[in-house]
Amino acid sequence: MSATKTLFDKVWDSHVVHKIENGPDVLFIDRHMIHEVTSPVAFLGLKNRGIGVLYNERTFATADHNTPTINQHLPVADPLSANQLKMLEENANEHGISYWGLGHEKNGIVHVVGPEYGITQPGATIVCGDSHTSTHGAFGAIAFGIGTSEVEMVLATQCIMQPKPKRMRININGELSKGVTPKDVALFIISQLTTSGATGYFVEYAGDIFRNMSMEGRMTVCNLSIEMGARGGMIAPDEKTFEYIKGREFTPTGADWDKAMAYWETLYTDKDAIFDKELTFDGSLIEPMITYGTNPGMGMGISKDIPLATATQGGASSYKKSLEYMKFNEGESMMGKTIDYVFLGSCTNGRIEDFRAFTSLVKGRKKADNVTAWLVPGSHKVEAAIKEEGLLDILTEAGFELREPGCSACLAMNEDKIPAGKLAVSTSNRNFEGRQGPGARTILASPLVAAAAAVTGKVTDPRELMEEVAIH
Amino acid sequence: MAYDKFNILTSTAVPLPIENVDTDQIIPARFLKATERKGFGDNLFRDWRYNQDNSPKKDFVLNDPTYSGKILVGGKNFGSGSSREHAAWAVYDYGFRCVVSSFFADIFRNNCLNIGVLPVQVSAEFLQKIFDAVEADPNTQLEVSLPEQKITLLPTGESESFDINGYKKNNMMNGFDDIDYLLNIKKDIETFAANTPL
Ligand code: SF4
Repeated sequence: MSATKTLFDKVWDSHVVHKIENGPDVLFIDRHMIHEVTSPVAFLGLKNRGIGVLYNERTFATADHNTPTINQHLPVADPLSANQLKMLEENANEHGISYWGLGHEKNGIVHVVGPEYGITQPGATIVCGDSHTSTHGAFGAIAFGIGTSEVEMVLATQCIMQPKPKRMRININGELSKGVTPKDVALFIISQLTTSGATGYFVEYAGDIFRNMSMEGRMTVCNLSIEMGARGGMIAPDEKTFEYIKGREFTPTGADWDKAMAYWETLYTDKDAIFDKELTFDGSLIEPMITYGTNPGMGMGISKDIPLATATQGGASSYKKSLEYMKFNEGESMMGKTIDYVFLGSCTNGRIEDFRAFTSLVKGRKKADNVTAWLVPGSHKVEAAIKEEGLLDILTEAGFELREPGCSACLAMNEDKIPAGKLAVSTSNRNFEGRQGPGARTILASPLVAAAAAVTGKVTDPRELMEEVAIH
Repeated sequence: MAYDKFNILTSTAVPLPIENVDTDQIIPARFLKATERKGFGDNLFRDWRYNQDNSPKKDFVLNDPTYSGKILVGGKNFGSGSSREHAAWAVYDYGFRCVVSSFFADIFRNNCLNIGVLPVQVSAEFLQKIFDAVEADPNTQLEVSLPEQKITLLPTGESESFDINGYKKNNMMNGFDDIDYLLNIKKDIETFAANTPL
């Protein structure tokens, strides 16, 4: 047969060390990122086996899931968290792994710092014990989340064993309308596919909408691939990609750069390549999105009403349970609902572009009194840019404070928990029951929708506020 | 990590007929602070199982003495969300050796296979049959045969076959893990790595 291949095939096939008949492929992993929560048991496993880390220069460690976002210079108060952080440091040191712990200038959320320092590269295989590793697919890498047994596997052998996923392409063309961000595009896709619609697949995103997106936007989209069940998502690298990675600390230079470029320029889906499944949407029909239920597939255009149970496809039992938990009713509009918390951050929307978007909308306005807002940069680098670009001044003027980097209320492992019963508009990735704290109710949305909620104190269509800006 | 070999499991089942059960429900993030793999079973389904004051919620199935067994039967799309292997550990540590559903999330399925919990995917119809049978009689015995790749409702003899790749099947039946396999082909890996720039 012809040698036409998809982008995914090219990268996957070139990393297969060994094929097992009626079994998984042995896949070589170029780069491995670890954090404090899913790695300690993996290191313990190595110790029990009496083996070490095979290629320590291919693993990078950062502390993020369990870290406080205020007073990071002080000792971590929670003894269990402190112990986990200490273990990461000890394990990294013992095995000679680059370690960017709390307070380190390169510290931040694993999927934010990877690209920032050029660890993330086109055509690479990248894994981490965190499902949103799919973020790195924005650079044309195969990147996905793994479990702790697999973290141990990568440390010990630099390989994992997985059957090759099927291929899906999602094409979106057209132009995004005002107020529609990459987050909305992703929430739209998930609402169409449900949280299991891409299970078993690796997704390639193609079309103008993604071509025209910034690298930050592409990361947001790829980040959310896992929420429709996909193993990961990827976008073919282009000039924008190469421009972004050039000159970063772990990016090749000189002759190595030329050699890498020669490879990277082959990373696209061949013209006649076949996908197991292909979907096409019209980008101009997408509006700012919000979720109303307790999984990311339960999303809708902000101007719409919550669908009736009879019109949903995600499963009737979970639908009913969801609305009960959220205290919403089928068929009602969410517009104008009073909210209590706003969270801007996470590896989904904690990059500089997200802070620019948020700031653009709160500029000249004031934070609503009924809202507690947590603004958490994805890394120290993002934090520095927020200050340098003058965004912090605007935010402060509008009554907001900036916290220190980390996962924070995305998974609420640290102190940043939304209290029971409180309603939050969150730019993170999961609205599961209790995800942001026991009993917390989460509406997922873009930084613009979050900003509109933060200044009005309720669910508000950001386009209304953007119009005002245009008039004045 | 070594785990018990899996051959034929005969047991009653615990039904959880809810769809899209995500790993944040199976084990909430605040219980992921341990640095060793133990005690996770106590917090399995923590927030569905206990009230805020730690008293058990009477209507949750794990608190209902009518149901017990080594097989957990869940609704469609079981284990979606986070990659935390702790979810599979919690299931194992609580005492389950097998999870049955009509659809599993990828990473959760992988994690289960890696630690000795057998994920058995059946048709939606067969899943409903199991739920109905267990609801009608909580003492209903199920037989899960890994060698035959077959799950049977013992009272009626109705059965369905399930998929698992030959490699993983062999691993589970012998209690092997992937690292043993990979260490055996270390030479191949080293050759590959030598030709792969960082
Ligand atoms: S921000 Fe959330 S999703 Fe991202 S790495 Fe942290 S916990 Fe995982």
